[in-house]
Amino acid sequence: MGLSAKEIEMLMQLIGLTKDEEINCEQCLALVGEFAERKLAGKSISEGLSMVEQHLGVCAECREEYEALQVALKELED
Amino acid sequence: MDRTGRDNNTWLVQLQGNGPEQQAALADLREALLRGLRRGLSPPASDDEAFMEDAAQDSLVRVLDRLSQFQGRSRFLTWAISISLRVALSELRRRRWHDVSLDAITAEGASGAQTPLDGTKRPEGNWERTALVETLHAAIDSELTAKQRVALVAELRGMPQDDIARQLGSNRNAVYKLTHDARKRLKRALQAAGYEAADVHSAFGN
Repeated sequence: MGLSAKEIEMLMQLIGLTKDEEINCEQCLALVGEFAERKLAGKSISEGLSMVEQHLGVCAECREEYEALQVALKELED
Repeated sequence: MDRTGRDNNTWLVQLQGNGPEQQAALADLREALLRGLRRGLSPPASDDEAFMEDAAQDSLVRVLDRLSQFQGRSRFLTWAISISLRVALSELRRRRWHDVSLDAITAEGASGAQTPLDGTKRPEGNWERTALVETLHAAIDSELTAKQRVALVAELRGMPQDDIARQLGSNRNAVYKLTHDARKRLKRALQAAGYEAADVHSAFGN
């Protein structure tokens, strides 16, 4: 299964971000609202929520959903 | 309190109650989900009124199903909108990918020809990069199961986990575990070969 140079680069980046313990997409969904609110308010991220940040780094779908949530929340705040 | 005048507890009490208060809460929640979807999604989806209405309705059902899972860690509407965006974006991904098979996406050359590593950006690091990539290729062949290889490659080529899961007869969380285990195996294999995160960082800039 040959990988292109771009795919190898993406995979290396994912490996670099990989932790032994990661939360899954369902666990991310339960926490991402709090994470997004804290980010929008410029507040610090607790150790528990750093797992969300890590998950968003390796999961393209959750990242897309988080980015959409950020936009929705920003607009709702205005 | 949010713009509907409710705090988290009021939402839960009213949605789990009955009568006019529940009906009003349901109507307000549906409206808030629709507003969140309109703002969070981009065209053409956000311009598709029928899609948005369906997504709001499906999201409402999903939120009500999960009420007992709300932990109160964020505002209720933030939590509900996060669910609605997952519902809507999952459906959009499904539409985009439903006729792409795992076999096709993971076929040799599906991403274009396997290209040699680009050493032009960092000529001084090309030798290290090449050695690192050779180790990675060997680890992909020796350390991963066939299922892990398929899921990982499909994901690298952009196939959503929901679609990988559907074709593997699995679910998104199981696919996540599959690819997480694959990444861990590859990481350990690189470490066993003497590569640390700093080496990957210097070779690939992450």
